[in-house]
Amino acid sequence: MDDIQLLANIESYLNGEMTPVEVAIFDALRKKTPEIDQMVVEHSMFQHQMDSYAAYQNIKHSLHETHNKLLESGDLNEGGAVSTKVQVVQLWNRYKRVTAIAASVGGVIALVISGLVAYFSPVVNGNQIQQLSKDIEIIKRNQQYQGSLINEVKSKIPMGVTIISGGSGFLIDTKGYIITNAHVLKGTAAIVVDNKGKEYNAAIVHIDTKKDLAILKINDEDFKPLKSLPYSIGKSNADLGDEIFTLGYPRNDIVYGVGYLASKTGYNGDSLSYQIQISANPGNSGGPVLNTNGEVIGVLSTRQAQADGVAFAVKSKNIYQFIDELRSTDTALEHIKLPMHANIKGIQRKQQISKVADCVFNVKAFSKK
Amino acid sequence: MKAEQNEQALLKGLANNDSKAIETIYKDNFNMVQAFVLNNNGSYDDARDVFQEAMIALYEKAQSESFVLTCQIKTYVYSICRRLWLKKLQQMGRFSNQVDNLDETVPVEEDLEIHQKRNAEFAIMDRAMKSLGEPCKSLLEGYYIKKMGMQELAAEFGYTNADNAKNQKYKCLMRLKKLFFSQYNIGE
Repeated sequence: MDDIQLLANIESYLNGEMTPVEVAIFDALRKKTPEIDQMVVEHSMFQHQMDSYAAYQNIKHSLHETHNKLLESGDLNEGGAVSTKVQVVQLWNRYKRVTAIAASVGGVIALVISGLVAYFSPVVNGNQIQQLSKDIEIIKRNQQYQGSLINEVKSKIPMGVTIISGGSGFLIDTKGYIITNAHVLKGTAAIVVDNKGKEYNAAIVHIDTKKDLAILKINDEDFKPLKSLPYSIGKSNADLGDEIFTLGYPRNDIVYGVGYLASKTGYNGDSLSYQIQISANPGNSGGPVLNTNGEVIGVLSTRQAQADGVAFAVKSKNIYQFIDELRSTDTALEHIKLPMHANIKGIQRKQQISKVADCVFNVKAFSKK
Repeated sequence: MKAEQNEQALLKGLANNDSKAIETIYKDNFNMVQAFVLNNNGSYDDARDVFQEAMIALYEKAQSESFVLTCQIKTYVYSICRRLWLKKLQQMGRFSNQVDNLDETVPVEEDLEIHQKRNAEFAIMDRAMKSLGEPCKSLLEGYYIKKMGMQELAAEFGYTNADNAKNQKYKCLMRLKKLFFSQYNIGE
């Protein structure tokens, strides 16, 4: 008996397709030959396996079919992939009336709401202006500049120029050298205004956009050199939590702000600057950041837009580096002497402020046409 | 009581691969599972795979004679799907925040283990079938899975008579058995 014949016999034996006589003969054969017996057992197991495999395949197939069928009928939804054109038409027909009613209700509501809005709008408007004012500070400042143009007829701003940018700055040398931020000076020349409203012409000496620092020199016969500066420029790093204060010109009048040193690094870990907690507004840029000992520890430069009170100041060490670099290239700057002693140390804050305020200037940069 | 009988009838239908029953269970449960998978970092395809896997597990369970479902079909299917999907997420290294931890579930670990063992066996058979090549694969599929008669198969494959087809079928079957058992025994 060859293998195929044997296999055929085993299968019909297992499936019960044999006649009783054949079964009896086959049973006898199984008893006699253990190999055949073994084969029968093996095949029975295989057949069982095959049956469940078949059932598995069939149920898988049915599930697949069902899934597709339900998708087509719209009972299942796989993210809009089912919306065929026919369905859209059907939906339209079904919901035509509902849609019409909804649309008219929507129209009525829209009219009512717009009526209500119109009725109440004067009240609402006041609020909106206040909210917006934060966003349009720059525009407002421009308006202020225009206002000052009209008010101060004898302004030193040349005729026919527009002020491009502005900020604060402070003296670092008694002879009229002012440090400010590079981004404050977008124009080609500048005037500076002291806290009493007096204007001086100033020339831009040098700009370092990397450090975000710039130096101006007051070139004006009205300017009288000071005997000494009340503050010193700090050389060492400030400590976390140091109480700090600043003076600057977010408006046309000098504004005082107080806060503390929040981090020894600036935005995104920038090691050139500090993070400080202080209320700063556009216009404060370039203002000095002083500690209680009257040391300038930094130059207020930027603030984080989304966070309240988070501002950044360029470290004062950079001023030294900046000046050193300039000295090596420009001999005219060799005689700049940075103040080393703070004579406002230990006196009351109010007195400190009044002394420092004399050295903080409102910087307005413009470009000649 | 009526609902319970209804569920039993559905399971019986599922065990017999009755399309009406499958459709009903599918319709009643799929959206829930889809929502769960989609809410937990999955796609539409993932949802379908997980759900169908759970249906197969339920089908296997329903087939055994001693089977009694001690909870609602919905709860059972959800439990299996939840288990399957969280496991898959873990394998992919993605984790869900498991927001809906408070849903009612039943322990399904044991059932799943059995199911996965069977899946492994089927995978062996699948591989054996695939490495068989044509026409053996189609011939055996026709006979054992689609349950076609020998006469029918002979006609479809172009054998001159059923006996020849049968002969060929046995030859293929022997090869399949060899392939299957070589894998199966390693698997053991």
